[in-house]
Amino acid sequence: MRLVTVAGPPSCGKTSLLAKACAELIAGGTACAVIKFDCLQTGDAALYEAAGVPAWAALSGGLCPDHFFATNLEEAYAWARDTGAKCCVIETAGLCNRCSPHLRGALALCVIDNLMGIEAPGKIGPMLKLADIVLVTKGDLVSQAEREVYRHRVGQMNARAVIRHVNGLTGQGCRELAAILKKAPDIASVTDMRLRFPMPGAVCSYCLSETRIGSRYQKGNVKKAAFGGDHGE
Amino acid sequence: MASNAPALRAIAVTAGRDKSGRPEAMDISFSPGMITALLGPTGSGKSRFLQDIESLADADTPSFRRILLDGVLPDPDRRFDLQGRLVAQLTQNMNFVLDMRVHAFILAHAESREADDPEETAKRVIEAANGLAGEPFSPGVQLTQLSGGQSRALMIADAALLSWSPVLLIDEIENAGVDKRRALDLLLKSDKIVVMATHDPVLALSADRRLVFENGAVRKIQTRTPDEEALLADLLTAEERLSAIRADLRQGRALRA
Repeated sequence: MRLVTVAGPPSCGKTSLLAKACAELIAGGTACAVIKFDCLQTGDAALYEAAGVPAWAALSGGLCPDHFFATNLEEAYAWARDTGAKCCVIETAGLCNRCSPHLRGALALCVIDNLMGIEAPGKIGPMLKLADIVLVTKGDLVSQAEREVYRHRVGQMNARAVIRHVNGLTGQGCRELAAILKKAPDIASVTDMRLRFPMPGAVCSYCLSETRIGSRYQKGNVKKAAFGGDHGE
Repeated sequence: MASNAPALRAIAVTAGRDKSGRPEAMDISFSPGMITALLGPTGSGKSRFLQDIESLADADTPSFRRILLDGVLPDPDRRFDLQGRLVAQLTQNMNFVLDMRVHAFILAHAESREADDPEETAKRVIEAANGLAGEPFSPGVQLTQLSGGQSRALMIADAALLSWSPVLLIDEIENAGVDKRRALDLLLKSDKIVVMATHDPVLALSADRRLVFENGAVRKIQTRTPDEEALLADLLTAEERLSAIRADLRQGRALRA
């Protein structure tokens, strides 16, 4: 089964884009299934189902959704295979910008929108820098010059990626996206695959549900920043 | 300067569907040097038509139109290779959203377009924009602080001087709060395919032909008649008078009947 990971900041248009592209894929005769990893709540599985795309949402609740994604990838992949899918698309929550859920050997997509500010491509980090394809949405809301400058900035952050302007609301570019998904690497198993970038290390008191503020409550992997002086460098 | 502009002899927009799903009557082709105006009530599909051209639609937009370049449907690689280079577009957008200062932004745009001398190009764009805008703005001001008219003036100058693409799409330039004749003079210098959506009679009659829209589709194609050319001359005279009165009012001069 082919495997695609999709990352991008919240509300940038991942779901509407993927729902349309997956519907195109299915219409073209390639069965696919989507797993949405999210945090607290999501109606996205219903959005996919409404577009005729088999989908399952997994909520991480109190855990980091990207760690949760890595922990549950084998099971998610097995679920998608059981639906008869030939292409498995994993949409991640993409909350903290530090993470990148992309896997070596699978197709990696990053979705960002044109309204995020010129520094956004730099701030997003590995989910953009390590993507194979960067999809830019909401281009219809800005001027052409802004689209081009933004695209240029994305290209500076990730010179290797193919950059595409797409529109999840009108569907513009979604057929090409389907053609791209259809060529994702076909893999036998996710077991022993490697993440392209390590996730942030954690396990401090707050990981274990500590709510009180103060050094005396902090145990485990605790990092203190420098304040003042040479900007902490 | 036009080193990275792709060559193009003709584009064609194939007949799509209207908002009720009925087929559009005809394919429409465009050649360089020709100005086409799009007319029709608001919501009738003019902007959609422009966006279809801009995105090189391939039956993947609500209109189901396809765009042919020199008679052929571009393959996906060519389509995306051309994205952003084939078409310069002025939308109805009146505001910038990017958090950059004017000079840094235009300079970045000139660099992304591989202009020979980005600094000099940026300077010319900002000067031209200030020539169109009512109240001049400084190169150091944030894009988002520009007024609607200043933003539009900058978008127009940028499209005219920096976006050397063979196709120019203009959506309701008359709403810009800038001098529309001067804006058009700046934009129409070259041998481009020009398509403009408009509600303005002078702009509509300035075009070689007009497409009339209804319910999301082209209903009719009209070519300018000699009668209409005479009418255009009359309207231009009337408009000059209006402009003079407007200028007087803006500057607080007393008017005579």
